[in-house]
Amino acid sequence: MKTVQAKKKVFNNRIPHRTIRLAAALLCVLLLGSLCACGTSTPSPEEPAPSTGVTINVYNWGEYISDGSDGSLDVNEEFTRRTGIEVNYTTFATNEELYAKLSIGGTDYDVIIPSDYMVGKLIENNMLQKLDFSNIPNFELIDEEFRNPQYDPTNEYSVPYTWGVVGIFYNTNMVDVDPDNVSWDLLWDERYAGQILMFDNPRDAFAIAQARLGQSFNTTDPADWEAAAEELMKQKPLVQSYVMDQIFNKMGNNEAALAPYYAGDGAILLEENEDLAFAVPKEGTNKFVDAMCIPVGSQHKAEAEAYINFMCDVEIATANIEYIGYSTPESAVKEQLDPEIAENEMFYPSDEVLDRSEIFTNLPDDTNLLLDSLWLQVKTGGSDSTVALIAVLIGFIMVYIGIVVYKKIKAKRLRS
Amino acid sequence: MKTISRIYTFLIYLFLYAPIVVLIVFSFNNSKSRATWHGFTTKWYEQLFQNDEILTALTNTLLIAVVTAIVSTILGTMAAIGINSMNKWMRRIVMNVTRLPMINPEIVTGVSMLLLFVFISGSTGFLKPGMATLILAHITFCLPYVILSIMPKLRQMDPHLYEAAQDLGCAPLPAFFKVVLPEIMPGIVTGMMMAFTLSIDDFVISYFTSGTTQTLPIAIYSMTRKIVSPEINALSTLLFGAILILLIIINIRQIRDEKKAKQAKRRAAQ
Amino acid sequence: MKSKAIAAPYVVWMAIFTVVPLALVLVFAFTDRSGNFTLENIANVSRYSGVFLSSIWLGALATIICLLLGYPMAYIISRKAGGRQSVMVMLMMLPMWMNFLLRTYAWMTLLENNGLINNFLGLFGIGPLELINTQGAVVLGMVYNFFPYMVLPIYSVLTKLDGRVMEAAQDLGANRIQVFGRVILPLSMPGIISGITMVFVPAVSTFIISKMLGGGANLLIGDLIDMQFLGSAYNPNLGSAISLVLMVLILICMGIMNQFDDGEEEGGIIV
Repeated sequence: MKTVQAKKKVFNNRIPHRTIRLAAALLCVLLLGSLCACGTSTPSPEEPAPSTGVTINVYNWGEYISDGSDGSLDVNEEFTRRTGIEVNYTTFATNEELYAKLSIGGTDYDVIIPSDYMVGKLIENNMLQKLDFSNIPNFELIDEEFRNPQYDPTNEYSVPYTWGVVGIFYNTNMVDVDPDNVSWDLLWDERYAGQILMFDNPRDAFAIAQARLGQSFNTTDPADWEAAAEELMKQKPLVQSYVMDQIFNKMGNNEAALAPYYAGDGAILLEENEDLAFAVPKEGTNKFVDAMCIPVGSQHKAEAEAYINFMCDVEIATANIEYIGYSTPESAVKEQLDPEIAENEMFYPSDEVLDRSEIFTNLPDDTNLLLDSLWLQVKTGGSDSTVALIAVLIGFIMVYIGIVVYKKIKAKRLRS
Repeated sequence: MKTISRIYTFLIYLFLYAPIVVLIVFSFNNSKSRATWHGFTTKWYEQLFQNDEILTALTNTLLIAVVTAIVSTILGTMAAIGINSMNKWMRRIVMNVTRLPMINPEIVTGVSMLLLFVFISGSTGFLKPGMATLILAHITFCLPYVILSIMPKLRQMDPHLYEAAQDLGCAPLPAFFKVVLPEIMPGIVTGMMMAFTLSIDDFVISYFTSGTTQTLPIAIYSMTRKIVSPEINALSTLLFGAILILLIIINIRQIRDEKKAKQAKRRAAQ
Repeated sequence: MKSKAIAAPYVVWMAIFTVVPLALVLVFAFTDRSGNFTLENIANVSRYSGVFLSSIWLGALATIICLLLGYPMAYIISRKAGGRQSVMVMLMMLPMWMNFLLRTYAWMTLLENNGLINNFLGLFGIGPLELINTQGAVVLGMVYNFFPYMVLPIYSVLTKLDGRVMEAAQDLGANRIQVFGRVILPLSMPGIISGITMVFVPAVSTFIISKMLGGGANLLIGDLIDMQFLGSAYNPNLGSAISLVLMVLILICMGIMNQFDDGEEEGGIIV
């Protein structure tokens, strides 16, 4: 495959208009592809490192890496070119999805990028490996305030990737609000019924209700969580849909007016639709840090550490941050950024905003269980209709028995 | 009555094809917009062919489909012949198990296979979800279709033919290849084609058994979850075109075969 | 050809890859995370009875719509002359060969608030109507995806119908409605039955369709199962319990359907 990629790169540079050939049938292209793979390799102009034959599985959030689109740097391809290590890159939409994939087992991921509280949970469940920081010299570049975080107090398991805060994206043409006085109440405002998007993961969704209720996001009081669930159920009729990465399409195409999401994605969203604006609600919000880790079961730990180190490299990180928009934990990178980004309050919020934000921590097991079941209740409506279901099931069985009996009687009659 | 049925037919086909036509038209739209026309372009096709994710997924899909079709056809043919010579009681049990994956909701099949592969890889270290498990899963859900397309042909066949060949001094194996195989060949070909297409098209079972390996449907799924680019329309158009061509070829061949069969009959009658 | 043994590899294969996995689902459904026997999972399924009911309801609705729309279509096709008939059948099958994600995606773009349908209606000053993210959209998605599964089995029965039977009925004084109600309909029952099962089973257990067209708020059983295994509420034990209940539900439905079907066919699978 490597040669195919290299060849394609050369191909792309030299022949920009391959319009007619593109119409050729799918199969032909494939055949060509496999032929190329067997043929001699084409030397790339930049002398790539020889292939090591190792492929690492990187599991990251969707839309969370500079992937070469719109002329950006393709970070993974660059890594392969420099180290000869292939990257099998797949994405998840929520921390909980990542947790499920890791828990059910069977897949050996080498690098994963969960958020703070999930890192804590994975450490507690012994699902992460200790990193060998001698393979990650670029850890030096991480700012002091991001070292030894609460979720990884001794900083043995994780290297921060990016950070940011959650806020509301709104369409200025559809929503009438004072940008300096935005409240989470906006997401419960009946004027915008059917135009509100909501997080499709439990922790982020509950945090919004909790901020409105003035609770801590890390409360362990079941009553608090139930009160928050109550709020979310009240909100449900107003919600157009529960989404994660689909927010880019829905907000970008004016399909929805309001959506809570991660500030960093403003880089893509605001560029796609200039009517959008971002605000951090006055009640306070969640500050998150996403960090790179190596799960237990990784077969290529050294290569995974090389990848983590590579992602912390100033040049690479700058290109990556410029594209994805999230905030960097490295001052050296921030200095390299376009001042328009580095001084933008959306990406680097003021101390005043950070003061009213709270980081998620890993919850105790019973709180987590409660949260899971409350979240399912919110999503499934929670209405108790067991009796009706049992009635339907019994009805089905009765019909079944009825038919069998009827047929037996009929058969008997026919015989006699 | 005739006009009503004509209008009805038209409306139904409109319902079936309007979305596809829209997809195809907007694959040539010079904008990311999915509702307004901004001029003609083929740039989405160019981007599609530079999209490594899609190309790898396509290779994986075809590889899996070919292996699945071959293995499930061989296993299925053997099974059909074996089942055919079982007594009624045994045949009933085997056929019920055979029909299980067809009756069972796909998602339950997918989930149960996920549990199996996780169980095996957890206890032995082999069979981690990936290419191998995908192939195993695909063979499993294709086998019943292969068997059920061969069984009727076997049933139609005169069992004395095979015995006659042996009486005339033909060894069992050559007798099988010379007498039985040609008779059930149409069923085998149908089964193989079904296995191939079922495998290419499968999403639900692959979704649960793929690990980190991407097949085309899985790649499409992750495309619909992210920023949607008209590349997906371009991909649909190409797939639709490929299917259309394939179906036309099959149909032409069928019509030709039918003609030949008719001619042969006529000649026989003379 | 007395060679039962030749089926042995297949029997072993099916035992490993069909029977054992289903047994594992059973085991998971009746154990907790540490592997001890429990009935809690099955009891907890009742919490999601609302999801079951709405899935059954939407699936049934989609099946009925498919039947009502599909039967006349199958009849019309079966009465066409040879060449035309096969072209029409092929056109019916063609969309089925396209991946259902793409088909559903196509409807997503049509139904959006700023999608083609609303844009078109806007020309006449109507709308925008709220089409996507509704239960109606989910049913539409099901009908669109599974419609050919209803038409084709009915068609294949109708096309084998002996025209002389109908003529005979007419000669004996039956009017059109009587011919249909007393002759055609009973004779096409096997096709209807397999059509209903072929639509209902996938419709009830579908996932993704509700995610794409229903906005993630109209959760169906399939989505619920997905959430327990690879989604945001990891609990494979509960997921297995839900799968088990779903399976039993489907088997009961199939049992009912098979009662209508008198012939003991072993083949008869429609492509």
